[in-house]
Amino acid sequence: MTDYPTFEHDVIVIGAGGAGLRAAIEASGSGVSVGLICKSLLGKAHTVMAEGGMAAAMGHNDDRDNWKVHFSDTMRGGQYVNNWRMAELHAKEAPDRVRELESWGAVFDRTPDGRINQRNFGGHRYPRLAHVGDRTGLELIRTLQDHGIHQGIEVYMEVTVLSLLKDGDRVVGCLAYEREHGRFRIYKCKALILATGGIGRAYKITSNSWEGTGDGHALAYDAGAELIDMEFIQFHPTGMVWPPSVRGILVTEGVRGEGGILKNSEGKRFMFDDIPDNYKDQTSDTEEEGWRYVTGDKNARRPPELLTRDHVARCIMREVKAGRGSPHGGVYLDIAWIKEKIQNAPEHIKKKLPSMYHQFMQLANLDITTTPMEVGPTTHYVMGGIRVNADTQESSVPGLFAAGECAAGINGANRLGGNSLSDLIVFGKRAGEHAAIFAKENGHGTINNDQIAKAAKAALEPFERDGGENPYTIQHDLQEMMQANVGIVRMQDEMIEALNGLDILRNRAARTFVPGNIDFNPGWHTALDLHNLLIVSEAITRSAIERQESRGGHFREDFPDKDPAFSKFNFAVKKTDTGAMAISKLPIPEMPDYLKEVIAEMG
Amino acid sequence: MTQATFSIRRGGRETAELVDYRTDVTEGMVVLDAVHQIQAESAPDLACRWNCKAGKCGSCSAEINGMPKLMCMTRLDTIPLDEPVTIEPMRAFPPVKDLITDVSWNYEVKKRIKKFKPRKPDAEDGTWRMMQEDVDRVQEFRKCIECFLCQDVCHVLRDHEKHAEFIGPRFLVYTAALEMHPLDVENRTQDLKDAHGIGYCNITKCCTKVCPEHITITDNAIIPLKERVVDEHYDPIGKLVKLFRKR
Repeated sequence: MTDYPTFEHDVIVIGAGGAGLRAAIEASGSGVSVGLICKSLLGKAHTVMAEGGMAAAMGHNDDRDNWKVHFSDTMRGGQYVNNWRMAELHAKEAPDRVRELESWGAVFDRTPDGRINQRNFGGHRYPRLAHVGDRTGLELIRTLQDHGIHQGIEVYMEVTVLSLLKDGDRVVGCLAYEREHGRFRIYKCKALILATGGIGRAYKITSNSWEGTGDGHALAYDAGAELIDMEFIQFHPTGMVWPPSVRGILVTEGVRGEGGILKNSEGKRFMFDDIPDNYKDQTSDTEEEGWRYVTGDKNARRPPELLTRDHVARCIMREVKAGRGSPHGGVYLDIAWIKEKIQNAPEHIKKKLPSMYHQFMQLANLDITTTPMEVGPTTHYVMGGIRVNADTQESSVPGLFAAGECAAGINGANRLGGNSLSDLIVFGKRAGEHAAIFAKENGHGTINNDQIAKAAKAALEPFERDGGENPYTIQHDLQEMMQANVGIVRMQDEMIEALNGLDILRNRAARTFVPGNIDFNPGWHTALDLHNLLIVSEAITRSAIERQESRGGHFREDFPDKDPAFSKFNFAVKKTDTGAMAISKLPIPEMPDYLKEVIAEMG
Repeated sequence: MTQATFSIRRGGRETAELVDYRTDVTEGMVVLDAVHQIQAESAPDLACRWNCKAGKCGSCSAEINGMPKLMCMTRLDTIPLDEPVTIEPMRAFPPVKDLITDVSWNYEVKKRIKKFKPRKPDAEDGTWRMMQEDVDRVQEFRKCIECFLCQDVCHVLRDHEKHAEFIGPRFLVYTAALEMHPLDVENRTQDLKDAHGIGYCNITKCCTKVCPEHITITDNAIIPLKERVVDEHYDPIGKLVKLFRKR
């Protein structure tokens, strides 16, 4: 039966976004053979959607910036349940990783003295985001792609991984299928890196592409790894809300970084109404001070529109619920108003935010240089994911590494905008480096044919049934339920209901039927994705039920306040021997004194 | 509810036909929404590529009523719906299934272009200095989302199938981005002239017209590259000598 084609590499990387590409480049650079598997074509991963920039304390625009400020901003934004070691490594290493991109051909926007220009973003004390207009993700992925193709990395495009293969405790390969002909393949490796991105497709309103189905989360979980922080989902405050077909598409935080303001239907800048205590001394009191900040006055404090994403999203929800929303259930994001302040405002906006201008013009018939946009929260990012060692990115399963969005720790309860792209390159590099070391120290394992037979049989079942459920309908119902029951505002009863709903959906997912043949069949793919979506949905729901407080991206209407008792641990889920999902508390190790001093010093 | 008919290519590498599907049309819908609706309602195995649905990844390229476009950025209210809307795959690449084509040639071409080679760093800390006005034109080229619509519409590839001798507008833009990069010290003009066939381009500007990123491909990328090739490889005195010898 295992006459499937077999491909052998020292290191296999699953996912070719920023983290996967960076990992592959690092591993291949250290002399091991690398296979890079991606679900779509190379260069199309969700990283291209990142707009605003990558955070790195280079201090080009404000020389007061350094790793300590970046570290403390990240911890504050994550409400101190972050993995502090990851936050430290990230803040220290991001500048070198960004400069390295320049040496590989990336062309960032420039400061007047010819260095990489850095922009303001939510939760960052100083201008910190290296950027290229509002298409920084494209620049990142293209730079890595164009560098990587000359490195001898073998790229397997449009290949979907179904299951990780184990030899005892250790991961030694994976079973996949290539989409063009629908045929199974075996990949053998000494170390495997998951870099599969997020889980946004578990929700109805999302900025994520079809690929964000939590594949890496589910593959790792099924292989026995722990997932932590799964209750923390980032709902980005500004997604498009109209017309319906574009609902959820991202509107970059860069709009606010360039001076965009949020207003309700009464024309009021409502973000001034509720500024959290721990940000009061960093936030401007007046509109005038806020404008001075976005135009580079170092003595001004940032406007409240640039508070952290979790908070801004909740303020928008509050306005909408109170009946002060826009006609289609959002609020107004206004960048056009800057014409009161500067000359040639329309040209300035088009230069700074070209793809936003384009996106609204083309999809909503709206000119952002003259008219405010309607925006509302959209599921954007999962802070939770595979638990990894901060230095090596190795999971609790030997031979299995993870980097980027599918790994967890750096962001805690809420991610700061711009910390994702830098996370990809900092920890992508580390994962590649340490997976290569692991591969050099360990030989190939033995592939277990029973595991392959079982996974292959399960994958083909949707074709073998005599009729059954349409997988698209199940996916749709799951998204509706997660949006309604485990969304931005959460309640105990609704989440318990969601657990029951997930049981029903799981039974339905076991009865899917797909017509047609196995050649490039999106219905089949949708049926297979359900397994992963159901695992991450359950992990999110169970973790959210256990966290009986509100913190960062997790907001409980029945426990609206932060509870210090919950700052001492992260929740972890793991698959038990019976196949059930078990949840436990992992105590957060005490921060070493030198980092405590940094936090104290930065205030 | 308004409905419209979509005539979509169904079939594999060898044979295919246009199949009609009717589906509801709502405000603001784009062609890709209609394709997704059809997948969910009546054709789950209808193959199409897509990712970002916001014109940023360049996956959903197709020919809509014969026009090369991104499906995600083509609003239904910009095309007549009183007759069937045809959706076909790009024609310059071999069909695989339904709307999917084999674009692997593009990935092979890119590997043949010499990679970025920066000059020595300008500063002691290993960094460079570049002025914004010096990177503006390269940034225009780097907006490319690799949708390959320019390749699709280029008659050298589409009609004359010179894939072996000509790299196409996308990779001329890519080469221009490298050649005009302020830090790059590599020389690619010999390749442009010989292996990459820049001479095949006769500046019909079809590529510029279809570019969803509005890159001025011909004027800003291809013509300056042609000029470089001429500057380095056209030798008027040598030509004259040859001419006289023949006589």
